Amino acid sequence: MEHYLSLLMKAIFVENLALAFFLGMCTFLAVSKKVSTSIGLGIAVIVVQTITIPMNNLLYTYLLKADALAWAGVTGVDLSFLGLICYIGVIAAIVQILEMTLDKFFPALYSALGIFLPLITVNCAILGGSLFMVERDYNLTESVVFGFGSGLGWAIAIVLLAGIREKMSYSDVPDGLKGLGITFITVGLMAIGFLSFSGIQL
Amino acid sequence: MSIKKNLIDPIFNNNPIALQILGICSALAVTTKLESVLVMCLAVIVVTALSNFCVSLIRNNIPSSIRIIVQMTIIASLVILTDQVLKAFVYDVAKSMSVYIGLIITNCIVMGRAEAYAMKNGPVMSLIDGIGNGLGYSIVLLFVGVFRELLGSGALLGIEIFKLKNAGGWFQPDGMFLLSPMAFFLIGFFIWGVRTWKPEQVEH
Repeated sequence: MEHYLSLLMKAIFVENLALAFFLGMCTFLAVSKKVSTSIGLGIAVIVVQTITIPMNNLLYTYLLKADALAWAGVTGVDLSFLGLICYIGVIAAIVQILEMTLDKFFPALYSALGIFLPLITVNCAILGGSLFMVERDYNLTESVVFGFGSGLGWAIAIVLLAGIREKMSYSDVPDGLKGLGITFITVGLMAIGFLSFSGIQL
Repeated sequence: MSIKKNLIDPIFNNNPIALQILGICSALAVTTKLESVLVMCLAVIVVTALSNFCVSLIRNNIPSSIRIIVQMTIIASLVILTDQVLKAFVYDVAKSMSVYIGLIITNCIVMGRAEAYAMKNGPVMSLIDGIGNGLGYSIVLLFVGVFRELLGSGALLGIEIFKLKNAGGWFQPDGMFLLSPMAFFLIGFFIWGVRTWKPEQVEH
């Protein structure tokens, strides 16, 4: 239990996908103008991340890893080079299914998320999470925890940034820095804040 | 639109990172060393150019309802190819870049250009557009990479430029440059520089 708890904390704070690994930056910078929209996007990322990482973990363990097809009586096959195309396929499929399910059963949530759901397919945080899962050799339970934690960490980061940007509309920014420039510098300062978590051994 | 304009425009006038907000994701983490920057730039230029070319070749045969998935498949295959080539020839660099090579798939530059340009234009122009946007991406990465490696470890491409203090020299390396926040500041300053030079890009 303690192991999973420390993994969760690590995924949320120490190894924050957005601020320590720069993943999902495009959406992170483009959609963080308002707190309400960024909360919606954050929730969508948490859900997709918690589902796709364990799914890709199963796919990797039972299909792609070296000798993973042993359960089907085939040995000596290593399909891990097909990893990238499989993971992105799974992600695209799950996003699509999620979109249809939400549309049918939770229309309110669906309209709140709107355009952000399809956008998530090309969010590097999702694919990056799956690739980290493979690289670090997580098992199924660990990948559920990691998926939830990393999604939550990303969501926290984007909501915080949106909060800062809303406040910033009242400040007097030099012309050349307006918009994107000052956002980069803000994110840099936030990343310094999150650096204080690094080096914490859990 | 002339070939030259297509090639040069994305570098400063319509830079993918500074103006289009594309492809920031995989860009920042690889910039601590100039060597990995060069590999990353080359990989992105090749993938963007070829994916633009392929998408443009079959653009009239893709039903628009499934175009995203077709583009995704083309891009993913190209990235797998690049990944395998890099692992075969520059294994150490590819290893040190861990997941970021694979993340070229979700690099919005590739997808964005395929969708915005290659779907509407001929193969040759799309190829040029891909190379141009790859170069625009590279110039930002090179700017960040040179500063980070030079000031963070006093070297460029692993060759010592400033003699470090603990090796008897004068230069005290600034460890801050090797940490992630510095990349954000450097890009912020790059954007500031470009927009001061070309005031029409300022957001209001």
